[in-house]
Amino acid sequence: MSILELKNVTKQFGGLTAVGNVDFVVEKDSIFGLIGPNGAGKTTIFNLITGIYKVTEGEILFEGKEINSLEPYQVAEMGITRTFQNIRLFKKLTTYENILTACHYNARYTILDSLVRSKRFRVEEKGLLDQAGELMDIMGLGDRKDVVAGNLPYGLQRRLEIARALALKPKLLLLDEPAAGMNPDETIRLMELIKEIRSRFNLTVLVIEHHMDLIMGICEKIVVLNFGRKLAEGTAQDVQANPKVIEAYLGEEEVVVC
Amino acid sequence: MDWFYIKGILILSGINLMAVLGLSLLTGFTGLFSFGHAGFMAIGAYVTAMMTIKFHLPFIPSLLIGAMGAALASLFIGRLTLNLKGDYFCIATLGFGEAIRLILDNVQYFGGARGWPGIPMYTNLTNVVILDIIGIAILVNLIRSRHGRNMKAIREEEMASQTIGINVFRYKMIALAISAAFAGVAGGMLGHYLGFLQPKMFQLIKSTELTIIVIFGGLGSISGSVIGALVLTSLPELLRTFAKWRLVVYGVAVVFIMITRPQGLMGGYEITAGNIKKLISRLASFGRPRQQTIGGDKE
Ligand SMILES: Nc1ncnc2c1ncn2[C@@H]1O[C@H](COP(=O)(O)OP(=O)(O)OP(=O)(O)O)[C@@H](O)[C@H]1O
Ligand SMILES: [Mg+2]
Repeated sequence: MSILELKNVTKQFGGLTAVGNVDFVVEKDSIFGLIGPNGAGKTTIFNLITGIYKVTEGEILFEGKEINSLEPYQVAEMGITRTFQNIRLFKKLTTYENILTACHYNARYTILDSLVRSKRFRVEEKGLLDQAGELMDIMGLGDRKDVVAGNLPYGLQRRLEIARALALKPKLLLLDEPAAGMNPDETIRLMELIKEIRSRFNLTVLVIEHHMDLIMGICEKIVVLNFGRKLAEGTAQDVQANPKVIEAYLGEEEVVVC
Repeated sequence: MDWFYIKGILILSGINLMAVLGLSLLTGFTGLFSFGHAGFMAIGAYVTAMMTIKFHLPFIPSLLIGAMGAALASLFIGRLTLNLKGDYFCIATLGFGEAIRLILDNVQYFGGARGWPGIPMYTNLTNVVILDIIGIAILVNLIRSRHGRNMKAIREEEMASQTIGINVFRYKMIALAISAAFAGVAGGMLGHYLGFLQPKMFQLIKSTELTIIVIFGGLGSISGSVIGALVLTSLPELLRTFAKWRLVVYGVAVVFIMITRPQGLMGGYEITAGNIKKLISRLASFGRPRQQTIGGDKE
């Protein structure tokens, strides 16, 4: 069963086509990889799915419903959330407060409830505190509870961003280069973590990554983008063997080597 | 200094505090700067006075109607400007505040620019203190709820707030309306303390003063706003003996604090029972060899 479907999605910035006629289908409960050289349009696709940008043409369907006209917060309410390539935490709030804030969606008490500290407020707020604490422990952030997010080491900031996203109990989690800046050891641990949270929270994961090992290790299906167009699609083996992909990546590697 | 004089300063500080509390929610906790809060004070002041004088309503209901008037006006400009990016809101509030003053200058029904005398002096130290305490309680309870946390999230990182499902526009509107209501109450109290209203009392400099107090006290700290309002309202009064030098001293004091403590007096911290206990135990252990750095996470 598919959970997310992109149909002929195009995004233009002035004359530049950042994403051109891309379509793919993400199966429910899968880990789906999105790869491609710099500037290929990967992050733009995330921004389109989460409603930060509006598509120029085409359609994005989530659980069969069109979502490309929704506001970002409505997309989040549908059950899609994400992390950012350049980490966007609530920097001056603590680890705990970052997660707790994101739990808000699981309580319904009104402003009036909070002003008079009604029973509903106390019950639901207690639920939020528990949920945040639990999530913090699952994600191995328990001993950093009161550390201000901006002071966390880089790897933990990325981890906290994932924890914050999970607080919404999403159905689809988008990870934008979660291993960027991590050493191989941390990358392997992250891979394990992604697999673990996928089964633990019944998630579908869409991940952008440059680390080939990570992508090849965990993704059931991969789409390769180049200059905004879909270059290839398939399993890790298919994609690795695809001459077009090799060319795109070798071309890039040559530049890097020189 | 006699009690009457001190009482006057306390009442004025308490009135300012009410407006500052509201602005603290908007600027300190939601991250929106406003230079039009004197305008909301003016609306509150004139509507409240109209209720007590023309409609013979009691003081407290009149204050509430004044607060609602200010909140409604704020929703109107919020609707127009809060979904725009960046500083449009700040500029719009500046224009709004001045526009309100100019309109009042020309409304003869309220005495126009010459002012409106004969307002009953209902405001006294008791009701100012009670209203301030209620105001602080409202703010504290709001901040310590999911709604307050959402506002802080917006201040920290707007885009991330949206992706965790916060309706940023709605929460900005709520913060704005509540802060305008507080300013409206402050205006209503002011008119009924002085017994006189004049549009000139609500110039841009009044809005600026409120913003200075919030920043001085420390963005994101209610205790800071309280201390800031008390200190910065009474300081110019207490310095009155220095006559023309008093505003200079005031300015120097503000600049000095901002240079030595750019995060403001309280720097986002609150004075709570828990924090005081922590501080005392920290002072008690001072001088003893420390096993652990307190509060710091060295990585
Ligand atoms: N808001 C914008 N305005 C104009 N151009 C944009 C905007 N956002 C992205 N682009 C352009 O769209 C193209 C795709 O960018 P995108 O960020 O999606 O690439 P990416 O695949 O995520 O690359 P990277 O691996 O470097 O993160 C780039 O050429 C970029 O400059
Ligand atoms: Mg990118």
